[in-house]
Amino acid sequence: MAMSIVPEARHMDAVAVVGFAEAPNERRSAATTNGVEMLVPVFAEVLAATGLTRAEIGFWCSGSSDYLAGRAFSFVSAVDAIGAFPPVMESHVEMDGAWALYEAWLKIRTGEAEIALAYGFGKSSAGDLRRVLALQLDPYLVAPLWPDSLAIAALQARAGIDAGLWSEAQMAAVAARSRSSARTNPRALLAATDPAPGQLLTRPYVADPLRAHDCAPVTDGAAAVILAAGHRARWLCERPAWITGFEHRIDSGALGARDLTTSPSAAASGVAAGAGRAQVAELHAPFTHQEVILQQALRLGDEVVVNPSGGALAGNPMFAAGLARIGWAARAIMSGRAEVTLGHATSGPALQQNLVCVLEAR
Amino acid sequence: MRADEPLSAPLEISFDYTRSLGPTLSEFLTALANHRILGAVATDGAVHAPPFEFDPVTGAPPSRWVQVGPGGTVVTWTWTDRPAERQPLPHPFGWALIRLDGADTAMLHAVDAGSADRMRTGMRVRPRWAPSTGTGITDIACFEPDDGRDPAEPARADSPATTADARSPAEPVTMITTPVRLDYDHTVSPGENAYLRALADGRLIGQRCPACGKVYLPPRGACPVDGVPTRDEVELPDTGIVTTFCVVNVPFHGQRVPTPYVAASVLIDGADIAFQHLILGCPPDEVRMGMRVKAVWLPPPERGFGQRNIDHFAPTGEPDAPYHSYAHHL
Repeated sequence: MAMSIVPEARHMDAVAVVGFAEAPNERRSAATTNGVEMLVPVFAEVLAATGLTRAEIGFWCSGSSDYLAGRAFSFVSAVDAIGAFPPVMESHVEMDGAWALYEAWLKIRTGEAEIALAYGFGKSSAGDLRRVLALQLDPYLVAPLWPDSLAIAALQARAGIDAGLWSEAQMAAVAARSRSSARTNPRALLAATDPAPGQLLTRPYVADPLRAHDCAPVTDGAAAVILAAGHRARWLCERPAWITGFEHRIDSGALGARDLTTSPSAAASGVAAGAGRAQVAELHAPFTHQEVILQQALRLGDEVVVNPSGGALAGNPMFAAGLARIGWAARAIMSGRAEVTLGHATSGPALQQNLVCVLEAR
Repeated sequence: MRADEPLSAPLEISFDYTRSLGPTLSEFLTALANHRILGAVATDGAVHAPPFEFDPVTGAPPSRWVQVGPGGTVVTWTWTDRPAERQPLPHPFGWALIRLDGADTAMLHAVDAGSADRMRTGMRVRPRWAPSTGTGITDIACFEPDDGRDPAEPARADSPATTADARSPAEPVTMITTPVRLDYDHTVSPGENAYLRALADGRLIGQRCPACGKVYLPPRGACPVDGVPTRDEVELPDTGIVTTFCVVNVPFHGQRVPTPYVAASVLIDGADIAFQHLILGCPPDEVRMGMRVKAVWLPPPERGFGQRNIDHFAPTGEPDAPYHSYAHHL
């Protein structure tokens, strides 16, 4: 980097990503919904890469959902994969693992842990995902109608098309690029040289104006990221990915009371986290048009490489895909391919809630 | 079915949530039951329909209401060819955000347009009221295209005056029921698969942790102490000891055994975790910690893939196990 504009204060309690692993993204995993079978190899991989043992993890935090799992306290069963004896310091969020990573980051910054592992897991194929997601909507006036997740995203897509902000052709181009990029990602579910965007446009709608290629596939999977406090990070990783901004914001839950064509919460998170300097952006956009919204909200110029992993359109394990975006953004730093990257995660309908994590080499 | 193919079974989870509405939603849904649609006026003057519960700027509940609609304009829309369970219409329909006349925000609902070709942004729609009222947002069955002609059904209210004349005033709506039903297909883990298949044969299969050597029955997939997969299968006898127990005297729905009876933690010989089961075959007051018991299996034709293949455990009459032999399993 030519010149660091990271405030000195942030060096004082520096935290870095030092490891990342994810399970193969699968259309239908043979695993149970409690995640243990998917998580055990992921933990083994990420611990081996850092040379850490389980006993050295000072804080564990998971993101998952009982609605997705179809069972109560599914995250408690998942703790078996940790090996939680003697007892460990552990927590859970009913959100994407990216928010578990946020809690882990705070835990290190408050001095309660030096090394933390955040993980997320979801077996989306166990239920009917588009109906399960209807239950995240306003339970009084919206969820009783059971609007499914494809319909909600489609309302957003059309609003932008009507406003001239994007087109079906642009959306198809996003899909084609995603699947092409995903060929470098051995864990992706959809990685292929797809037909040209023009050919994609001849396919039928699944929820007008969305076609199948506009929607992330229903995916089972898991991901884990290890964070370390500054003085430990350099021992664990040759090129740690230092977190220099980590912010999340939320928009109104009233779908009809906000402008669906923009994402004020993503924009505010990006400004607060310092997203503008990123060379690589891993965006958690489960629908093609949402990648366009996020690029605009985060003010990512044409020179920014977006979703070299393929992004959520190549595999979207619920409650893990956002964390995996941060993992991929960190990997770009750790491998020396970039100096500043960002990982983004979203939650809720139509990009309601957004999180931005900016990572830097130092 | 191959033995290594994990067993799976459908599971339906359903619950009728009853939701108390609070003052704002009660106001809105009581009016809706009278076929009137209300908007809440925010401090910035914007009319929200459906209403906000707390003003987006000040956080105050709405203090001023205005009647909106019932007609409105489609702000954005989509089309669904395959309606999902419990959605407003059983045949293909449109979803739309609808800005009701006089409102500044939009309401999500279904539009019964017949075909996607009839849907467009800016189209005029009007509500079709459901036969029953007081159900919540579903008092509006759906919206339908408003081509300016009279609606096909006569008894459709579109002003407060006709509503008041045509309908008896509805009771205040303070509570709604919102049924939830989801379907899952649950797959067991490889360890559970071996365990359940063996149970059908009248055998007990546990798994041993390669790190600490503990034997888990039923298998857990990973050792909760070491976090490593427990892949080594161990065949165990169907005998064990009562580590601890309680006498059940309270009747409850679904009870299989007449009270009083004994529910106990049974530690199978060679296993390191106990499971809960019934102790029958002796008076409840004779059951004690350390008592030796043996499984009583259902006859093979009655067995399935479950723990109920063991009907209960019964005393063997052998001498009790000494306390120190199971103290660390309590």
